[in-house]
Amino acid sequence: MLDQQYDVKSSVTILPPAISSLEIESMDDPDSTLQPQSSVSGKAKLRVQGFNFYYGPVQALFTVDMDIPEHQVTAFIGPSGCGKSTLLRCMNRLNDLIEGARHEGNILIDNMDIFDPMIDITDLRKRVGMVFQKSNPFPKSIHENVAYGPRLQGLKNRTVLDEIVERSLRGAGLWEEVKDRLHKSALGLSGGQQQRLCIARALAVKPDVLLMDEPCSALDPIATGIIEELLFSLKKELTVVIVTHNMQQAARVSDCTAFMYLGRLIEFGRTKQLFTNPSNKQTEDYITGRFG
Amino acid sequence: MRQWIRQVMASGELFIWGCGAGLALSLFMIAGLLVLILVNGFGYFWPADLVELTLKDGKHVVGQLAGEEVGPKGVPRIRMKIGNRDLYGLDYRWINTDQIVERATPADLVMVERREWGNFYGRIRTLTKEDQTVVEGVEAVWQSLPALIREVESSEGNSPYALLVVDANGREKSIGLSQVVRVLRPNALSTLGKVWVYVGNVWMVLTTEPREANTEGGIFPAIFGTVMMVLIMSLVVTPFGVIGALYLREYARQGVIVRIVRIAVNNLAGVPSIVFGVFGLGFFVYGVGGTIDALFFSDRLPTPTFGTGGILWASLTLALLTVPVVIVATEEGLAAVPREYREGSIGLGATKWETIWKVVLPTALPGILTGLILAMARAAGEVAPLMLTGVVKLAPALPIDWTWPFLHLDRKFMHLGFHIYDVGFQSPNVEAAKPMVYVTTLVLILVVVTLNLTGIVLRNRMRRKYAGSAV
Repeated sequence: MLDQQYDVKSSVTILPPAISSLEIESMDDPDSTLQPQSSVSGKAKLRVQGFNFYYGPVQALFTVDMDIPEHQVTAFIGPSGCGKSTLLRCMNRLNDLIEGARHEGNILIDNMDIFDPMIDITDLRKRVGMVFQKSNPFPKSIHENVAYGPRLQGLKNRTVLDEIVERSLRGAGLWEEVKDRLHKSALGLSGGQQQRLCIARALAVKPDVLLMDEPCSALDPIATGIIEELLFSLKKELTVVIVTHNMQQAARVSDCTAFMYLGRLIEFGRTKQLFTNPSNKQTEDYITGRFG
Repeated sequence: MRQWIRQVMASGELFIWGCGAGLALSLFMIAGLLVLILVNGFGYFWPADLVELTLKDGKHVVGQLAGEEVGPKGVPRIRMKIGNRDLYGLDYRWINTDQIVERATPADLVMVERREWGNFYGRIRTLTKEDQTVVEGVEAVWQSLPALIREVESSEGNSPYALLVVDANGREKSIGLSQVVRVLRPNALSTLGKVWVYVGNVWMVLTTEPREANTEGGIFPAIFGTVMMVLIMSLVVTPFGVIGALYLREYARQGVIVRIVRIAVNNLAGVPSIVFGVFGLGFFVYGVGGTIDALFFSDRLPTPTFGTGGILWASLTLALLTVPVVIVATEEGLAAVPREYREGSIGLGATKWETIWKVVLPTALPGILTGLILAMARAAGEVAPLMLTGVVKLAPALPIDWTWPFLHLDRKFMHLGFHIYDVGFQSPNVEAAKPMVYVTTLVLILVVVTLNLTGIVLRNRMRRKYAGSAV
């Protein structure tokens, strides 16, 4: 079964770059058991190609291949330790920080290799924003938090910064709640507000892609609902990749879903199809709650 | 029975009582020490009544009570500060209570604070000008004194006037007004008047320079020297400690070498301070200072400028002594910065340095300040290394004054800790200096507490600024 999976995937990796920017609809292969791209339509924003990842001697990802479509929400699901967060963190090279980590294979963003030594890593991280599991506003004021990214880019003009702050906070649906306390500590916000502040902070640098690592795992249902709604408006502007433990959430918010298990991509497809008619036994077992 | 013992042991109750007793004992000792210092230190400023004793042999003794005890043969005796060192050669005297016929506190007794020979206790007879009596009678002299003493101050310590005073037994003594600091009649003072004198005494001690081998007068130069030295030390130790900790924690590859360095840093904090003093003398004073002299002040040689002890070298030596404290506290502060902050910052496109500078360091600032507070507390109380690197018992000038270049880092300075040692144990008149030791100790403690409180307030404000409870 794994061989088969590998075969199907490798057929994608040999795609010439010219085709990748086309509609992938043409790659439709209804007979494939895994259907990794068949049901995913749309221009691929992020392409993961034959990607292996190691934490020192431990291999965390095994030849993952995946095309993440633009302006859609893609969810990674799977049991703990399956590598979904690792894959997400590779997409803006946050794993570079970990000592002894190394990778094989490629991740392309708009057909640009993110591991290319020539690219500016801070530029990449500007394009690929990140929201973490634990909301992590800096111990600064709300305004300073959102303005942090633009300031790093050397923006000093107060009016421009104020505009960016307002736009980003509106984008994260937080403006109305905090507009009177922009210069108060961000740590005074509630958990859900803090998480939306982190989204606003990520939006302030105008990313193309927003990576979200279990953004709602520490939030109550109402705060979760607000953030989920936010995702619908966000995907008009950018591509969202979200890791979640919550399968209902994946089903609600995502257009595409990837199921990972033990470092391997088991199934990738349209969310609707993956949840109603999974083509893989393990996927079915997982989403029906038989393990994981 | 055995089971009962086992139960008691198992419940840990004995242990808890033991811990409590230990804590209580140490608190008791600390409290006792503080109370001793506070009582004696604050008591020094109070203008005590002058007592006149009439003894069985008909002699009189005038002075201030300075303690009672049961003497060697079971006879209770009192201790009097009799002053008049020029007449009696002693400041204190024991008197057995059974010798005393009468105790009185007449209002006409005066206490003359002098620039030499300590206090004079006795009565005023006349005021003379060039051996001619000008004013006669206690009250009349008393009335004219304040204006004359003020005049002495304005005429730079010269005065043609002199006080003719007598001691308890009628021995006359003429005291030139230029020698007089102040004349007091404590017995005639109301309580409010005494409070006023008390406040004046406190102010005098805090703001004036020492007299008579440091046993009288103020301790201002020592306070100034202590504070300035601690501040210079803080200015030096903070950047070095923080940079060291940053490298160790953030940049160095965590391995055997870093672990050894860390152990070495921790052990450095345990090296006896006199060793640092010797190092400071050898390296800073003779090495660095000598080189500076040879290069820039060669025209003054062989008189050293920087090649001798000074406030800069003392501060640097203390900075060296306290840098481990700052490094350890900063490292802990850095380690306590959540990983999420770093990742959040890096995820926004910040470089590692930007992350450290803009997020990690500000977050770790309270920890760094804690280190600095500990360092200041240690530095302010350290004496041994200073004795080798620039402290003196009497500094002719402050390290800051109005002459170019205003800040004289090469100057020697006075220090409260050394002042205690010098006054209490090196002065020719240890008995008379004892109250001064208490006062100096009290002031040193207050200086340390003030410096620490400043640091703590600063730290708390910083914490509150970013605390979650911000309204």
